[in-house]
Amino acid sequence: MGDVEHETRVLGGGESGFVTTRFDALLNWARKYSLFQYPFVTACCGMEFMAAASPRYDLARFGAEAPRFSPRQADVLWVVGTISQRQAPALRRVYEQMTEPKWVIAFGTCASCGGFYDNYATVPGIDKIVPVDVMIPGCPPRPEAVLDGLMLLQHKIGVGDRTPVTLKNTQLPDGADEHLDRLHQIRLK
Amino acid sequence: MSKLILERLSAQFGDAVLETSTAFGDDVAVVTRAAWRGAAEFIKTDPQCLCDYFVDLSCVDRCDPNVDDLDMDDRFEVYVIAYSLKHKHRVRLKTRVSGASPTLPTLTSVWAGADWMEREAFDMFGVRFVGHPDLRRILMYDEFEGHPLRKDYPANRAQPLVPYREGTFDKLGPFLQDEGMPLNRSVTLDDRVDEH
Repeated sequence: MGDVEHETRVLGGGESGFVTTRFDALLNWARKYSLFQYPFVTACCGMEFMAAASPRYDLARFGAEAPRFSPRQADVLWVVGTISQRQAPALRRVYEQMTEPKWVIAFGTCASCGGFYDNYATVPGIDKIVPVDVMIPGCPPRPEAVLDGLMLLQHKIGVGDRTPVTLKNTQLPDGADEHLDRLHQIRLK
Repeated sequence: MSKLILERLSAQFGDAVLETSTAFGDDVAVVTRAAWRGAAEFIKTDPQCLCDYFVDLSCVDRCDPNVDDLDMDDRFEVYVIAYSLKHKHRVRLKTRVSGASPTLPTLTSVWAGADWMEREAFDMFGVRFVGHPDLRRILMYDEFEGHPLRKDYPANRAQPLVPYREGTFDKLGPFLQDEGMPLNRSVTLDDRVDEH
């Protein structure tokens, strides 16, 4: 297949054509742009989740704007905030009620690994309780990081990858440091 | 703040008032365990004290498990903070109970608000309040063993309700370089650098 030449062009009026694809690729493509979400919000990260979901950052652009407040109708479980040991059975039960296919995003450091809580009360990362697809570190993560995490999940759905992934720091583009420094100098004046 | 309450308490209870002091503008009195209930009732009902508003009740574990005997006589210090809405003064009343048998008469019949606070002190420190109407855990779950804020409770011992899944990330996990903070007290900085 490597030497087959592909041509992509927009069909003009009066022309006709067809596309070929695999069924599972089509299904994954449809799934990744219509994610119904269940926000399991427990702590301060919830404020940042609201910022990410509200019009300024606009999760709706990614087809993930519909929150379902029943796990039975949801595709993505957003675990937003610290999960205590006492709460773990509830989280487990919510996850079990979701229908396949289902994905889990750990929002923030506490949900991902327990954060700075290392004690009797806190679950050290929700992957101890439910399988996690994407972990978004940050205390709280910026909305840009959340969008990065969502796009990472969409990519994983597209290729059918279920291994847990941690969102890495995004590199600033070349010249960004000088630009930020100039902005800082302007503000100091 | 005048020492009015402390003087009234000392006059009433004499030797049962072990220490008095003033901190941050509030009067502090340490009384014996036997005088605990009576002193509380006194500062609430005495016309010149009239501390009718219950603010807080909690406990302090004063022992060092490496040095002290866990059964020492004055291991737990239970304190109650009360405020007078009429006279606008606040008082802290303390008493000490032993580690071997941490029991204390309840204050729920003096201030009804002491109910949940005594449950919390019981949950976290295991101080039993005799006569409390409903003394059971308030924050931790019933399956939890021990009292987590006692100094001899291991700081990182968890008692999971849901068994942990196999093959999960270590607590230190993938966050070291990005987060830049030690997430586990048993691991030193050098260990963490080696892992990556």
